[in-house]
Amino acid sequence: MSRLKELFVRKNKRVLNVYCTAGYPKLDSTITVMQALESNGADIIELGMPYSDPLADGPVIQASGNIALANGMTIKVLFEQLKELRKTVSVPVILMGYMNPVLQYGLENFCAEAAAVGVDGLILPDLPEFEFETVYGAIIKKHGLDFIFLVTPETSEERLKKLDALSTGFLYAVSSSATTGSDQDFNAVEKYLLRLQKMKLVNPVLVGFGIRDKETFESASKYSNGAIIGTAFIKALENTKDIALSVKQFLSGII
Amino acid sequence: MMKTDTYQHPDQQGYYGEFGGAYIPEMLHRNVAELKAKYLEIMHESSFQDEFQQLLKDYVGRPTPLFFAERLSKEFGASIFLKREDLCHTGAHKINNTIGQILLAIRLGKTRIIAETGAGQHGVATATVCALKGMECIVYMGEKDIERQAPNVARMRMLGAKVIPAISGSKTLKDATNEAIRDWINNPNDTHYIIGSVVGPHPYPDMVARFQSVISEEIRWQLKEKTGNELPTHVVACVGGGSNAAGAFYHFLDELAVQLVAVEAAGHGVHSGMSAATTQLGKPGILHGSKSLLMQTADGQVVEPHSISAGLDYPGVGPLHANLFASGRGLFLSATDDEALQAALHVSKTEGIIPALETAHAFAVLGRMNLKPTDSVVLCLSGRGDKDLATYIKELKLVD
Repeated sequence: MSRLKELFVRKNKRVLNVYCTAGYPKLDSTITVMQALESNGADIIELGMPYSDPLADGPVIQASGNIALANGMTIKVLFEQLKELRKTVSVPVILMGYMNPVLQYGLENFCAEAAAVGVDGLILPDLPEFEFETVYGAIIKKHGLDFIFLVTPETSEERLKKLDALSTGFLYAVSSSATTGSDQDFNAVEKYLLRLQKMKLVNPVLVGFGIRDKETFESASKYSNGAIIGTAFIKALENTKDIALSVKQFLSGII
Repeated sequence: MMKTDTYQHPDQQGYYGEFGGAYIPEMLHRNVAELKAKYLEIMHESSFQDEFQQLLKDYVGRPTPLFFAERLSKEFGASIFLKREDLCHTGAHKINNTIGQILLAIRLGKTRIIAETGAGQHGVATATVCALKGMECIVYMGEKDIERQAPNVARMRMLGAKVIPAISGSKTLKDATNEAIRDWINNPNDTHYIIGSVVGPHPYPDMVARFQSVISEEIRWQLKEKTGNELPTHVVACVGGGSNAAGAFYHFLDELAVQLVAVEAAGHGVHSGMSAATTQLGKPGILHGSKSLLMQTADGQVVEPHSISAGLDYPGVGPLHANLFASGRGLFLSATDDEALQAALHVSKTEGIIPALETAHAFAVLGRMNLKPTDSVVLCLSGRGDKDLATYIKELKLVD
């Protein structure tokens, strides 16, 4: 059973997925941040691979990516850092990034190395379902990696079902059509999540975008299996002197 | 390689050969899918065509002349015709597309328009049609471009547009495009994004090429009037994203006897590290929603290009052009900053036309084309040089 599947069998409410950028705040802080996330209660870690043109991300995550790139982070460096990942980190780890760097690395090599270091799944927001179905999906699956599609309040019911069927691990429900880090009206979000809940989807649903504190986490978790925090966590790491302490303080305010 | 029988249209999924597609996050899916489902239908409606053609004639000033450049012809030993897109309202071909897209946006029920701009020509053309139709207009422009294209920034503001600086990355066209796409993600219901070039997710490259195709449609009948033959031997145009080239090539794409010459910006030299010659330096990659040739590092990070001309300062190229390059259908040349500046000066003195810096790149290769007296060359004079005066004054030392 995959780590994600096993997690959701064990725990299907208030699952907390935390996004962090590889190579941020320091090039070699990637594993330190992940260890601190696990020991302070994160259930899943979404590890962002920095890209020069991250279209789906807001200014905070983009800025963290620029710092990581300036620090020297690349996919090659990242896999080097993740070699010992499974000696200290046991929660599911998902790599999130954009298509271009992955294609330049070579999708086949990328998936093989990701699987070898113990990565569980991928989120590539600019990989469309047509290309997933016709070209890339088979390679990703061959290496046993889960693939998580995003859905939004504007995604039609028919399309939701399709993206749910193509996804494994969980479905990433963007709580509004917005870039990461945007504010929004949570009443509208609740209605949307209730609609998803009634659809009896195959995959668990985690809610992302706009989750920043205990209140928004609880609210999002009410009608879903949990939530994803990104921007607020990246902000918490800004200018940190003690990563372990910053992570502990941040997560103790959420769960 | 192109397997279908045309270079004009992409396939159902938006691919020209191996280039194109719609690599967009789910947040943009509904908008792009709506556009894909409706753009051809709307463009073919007679009420749309009537209004579009009327505005092209009475507002843009079309047809633009095809001018026989006698002195340049003598100099280069061939018949050289200039397609005078610089005489379009707002001073460049960009308005052909913005007129089309604003009419489309209205029919899609949108009330707010966003655009990206490099040199400011597309921003001005968008602000212009928004003023014409009473639509809210927001233009994203790289901070660096705002500095070097001050007159166009002032024009946009005078036309009622809000100009928002893009302060990320290289602070140029690529980053302005990122910001515009983000705005669209955050405003999915009331907003239409008027992309200014043949780039972006399908159906944008095809839609923009169709709106610009009026350029080559006119060239055909105008050339026939002048020479008795509707086919030139060469069509020359500058390429950044590639919208004027797409328009000038469009009705010749499948006329294999016509040599299509695309001229990219080599900046300080193709291999200087300060260049925007995408087909020479790029590898297949994905940027701004489509697969094309892309200037990038070995790690797949997009490279910050350089050109003296803000309109060509883009690390990608439209998928239609990437396919012309990969299939060998198009000849891709490049001109450096200095060559473009000298060509601009020369054309000004020889024909009494001050071209835009972008267009000057196209003029710069005429001497390298080994032309014969029987050749008839159409060069797309995509824009006028007024907006570049500050650069010309500085680089050509025109003021004591």
